[in-house]
Amino acid sequence: MNFGKFAISALSLALAFSLSGCGKTESTGDTVIKIGSVAPLTGPQTHIGKDNENGARLAVDEINARGLELGGRKVTLELFGEDDQAEPKTATIVAQKLVDAGVVAVIGHLNSGTTIPASKIYHDAGIPQISPSATAVAYTAQGYHTAWRVMANDAQQGRALGQFATGKMGAKRIAIIDDRTAYGQGLANEFEKAATAAGGEIVAHEFTNDRATDFTAILTSIKGKTPDLVFFGGMDPQGGPMARQLKRLGLTARLLGGDGLQNANFVKLAGVDAEGVVASSPGLPIDSMPGGPDFRKRYEAKYGAIQLYAPYAYDAVNVLVAAMTRADSADPAKVLAALPKTDLQGVSGPIKFDAKGDTTGGAITLYEVKDGAWRVLETVK
Amino acid sequence: MDIFLQQLVNGLVLGSIYALVALGYTMVYGILELINFAHGEVTMIGAMVALTVIGALLGAAPDLPGVLVVLAGILVAIPACMALAFTIEKIAYRPLRKAPRLAPLITAIGVSIILQNLAMLIWGRQYVSFPAILPTRKYEFLGANISLLQIAIVVLALAVMAGLWLLVEKTRLGRAMRATAQSREVAELMGVNVDRVISATFIIGAAIAAIAGVMVSAYYGLAHYYMGFMLGLKAFSAAVLGGIGNIAGAMLGGLLLGVIEALGAGYIGDLTGGFLGSHYQDVFAFFVLIGVLVFRPSGLLGERVATRA
Repeated sequence: MNFGKFAISALSLALAFSLSGCGKTESTGDTVIKIGSVAPLTGPQTHIGKDNENGARLAVDEINARGLELGGRKVTLELFGEDDQAEPKTATIVAQKLVDAGVVAVIGHLNSGTTIPASKIYHDAGIPQISPSATAVAYTAQGYHTAWRVMANDAQQGRALGQFATGKMGAKRIAIIDDRTAYGQGLANEFEKAATAAGGEIVAHEFTNDRATDFTAILTSIKGKTPDLVFFGGMDPQGGPMARQLKRLGLTARLLGGDGLQNANFVKLAGVDAEGVVASSPGLPIDSMPGGPDFRKRYEAKYGAIQLYAPYAYDAVNVLVAAMTRADSADPAKVLAALPKTDLQGVSGPIKFDAKGDTTGGAITLYEVKDGAWRVLETVK
Repeated sequence: MDIFLQQLVNGLVLGSIYALVALGYTMVYGILELINFAHGEVTMIGAMVALTVIGALLGAAPDLPGVLVVLAGILVAIPACMALAFTIEKIAYRPLRKAPRLAPLITAIGVSIILQNLAMLIWGRQYVSFPAILPTRKYEFLGANISLLQIAIVVLALAVMAGLWLLVEKTRLGRAMRATAQSREVAELMGVNVDRVISATFIIGAAIAAIAGVMVSAYYGLAHYYMGFMLGLKAFSAAVLGGIGNIAGAMLGGLLLGVIEALGAGYIGDLTGGFLGSHYQDVFAFFVLIGVLVFRPSGLLGERVATRA
């Protein structure tokens, strides 16, 4: 036997072993079901991304501890956490990687800008995607039967913000800044529509990006148009320094934002200049959520303080597993058929889907920073 | 008018920070003809070290005056960056001094990536916030708001530039640097210890970068592990604008670039009727870079080769 033949036989032997290895776990009845979780785990949004993954992981660990049976066999869930760097380009690569790895469903992505391009890949592969936090209207408007979300979308949030700005906050001259991501732009546009409809005047619409830290130029330009409110569609790494620079330039306008600002990191970055900033968040405040305080206790015991969307990632996993249980299978096609009948009492509230895959009747809560922490102003339906 | 003045002030503050970082690029280029792409990361390390010291000091003695705490941060960051730059030069660039010019350039990019990831491991991926301990007094000047911090940044930057000017023009080391820049071989024959001069150039550039790093994090109220990347590219553009290798050019280029950016981002939306928006802010630096490379590759002050250091 020459070396080539030897090598080939050695390889095939190794292959046979590895295959039999797979078969063995199946035959003992402990089937592993792979679920993907995608969020930015590097870059400025890491803290929120890790939070999403931890929320999903907590749900997976709890379900595994309880024990799950599908089609008469005991199954174990395994969560594959991937990093999309909040980059649309990376998101599609990671999505393809998960599809190739044979996941049956994906929890994610975190940002609308990454969720939307990735959704095409999941749709082509026919596996369900449940985003805990992508709120851009466009995500579920593509007609994909695989695209779902467990959070109120930007149309609902932008409407609430626009009405609140012109109503309770009494703003007449409004300046808008958005970060040109699918999320920031979508939210800012919905806000603009609602605010204009309610009688507000848009005096400026400026743009930045989701890596910027210098807003002095656009804020100065905005200052020249004497707004009484500045709306920012974007996330806290930009919102924090923006709040500081707003005060430093002597603008008297108040800062208003969406759920991207409504977290502890924003207050840390903006320091004292966070005082008086108002932001909304879909759903109820964590402590007013039906399962909120209890969830907080379980989460914090394992991962430390909740950053933002962990309850939604947790709910997304439970929605998925509930659909699997109804279908009595982890087969993506059967799970997708079962998802529309979702009626789950989640941590964040009751979850039901409309025909597009959006949640029905999501509440929006408005918060204001007072004494260095977010306080609830009011919840609107 | 007051808005224009405010944009101008914003631009000058940003520009003086660019100028400080640009000095590091230009000094090294003047002597080695090497674009030290890791310089932006040295700036970032300066900011991070200073923030760590500031955090520790505030934890130990919260009643200390803010200015003193920040000063202590700078004083620790400077030697830290100097040591870092010395090490980088010794490990990454010196062995390649006789290699083709592309090799050290690629190494510089490698060092930059290593430093970024190192910083991510040490300080984490989150934005680190700069505690609000500096006085926030503001002055009104013809309708523009000028904060004490902005004045301090510009004054300190000018002082550093003046100090560097004196060092290059009036001291023995400065003369050795200028001689090395003109001709390394001849300088060596005249008894200049070229290795020492090159080390000194890196170290001085790093000290200035450390100051710039603290300034930029104090100004924006935060620091993060990849802040050096964009800052480095902008400063590099500023150095090219002024004429790379020319110290006065780096100062001028930095200030100009800051003003161009501020005015550009502030007015582009109104001037183009909303067709181009302020999200093109970061593009101006690179427009300038391309423009200079096409129309005046030697930069604004580039031809005065004799004074480069």
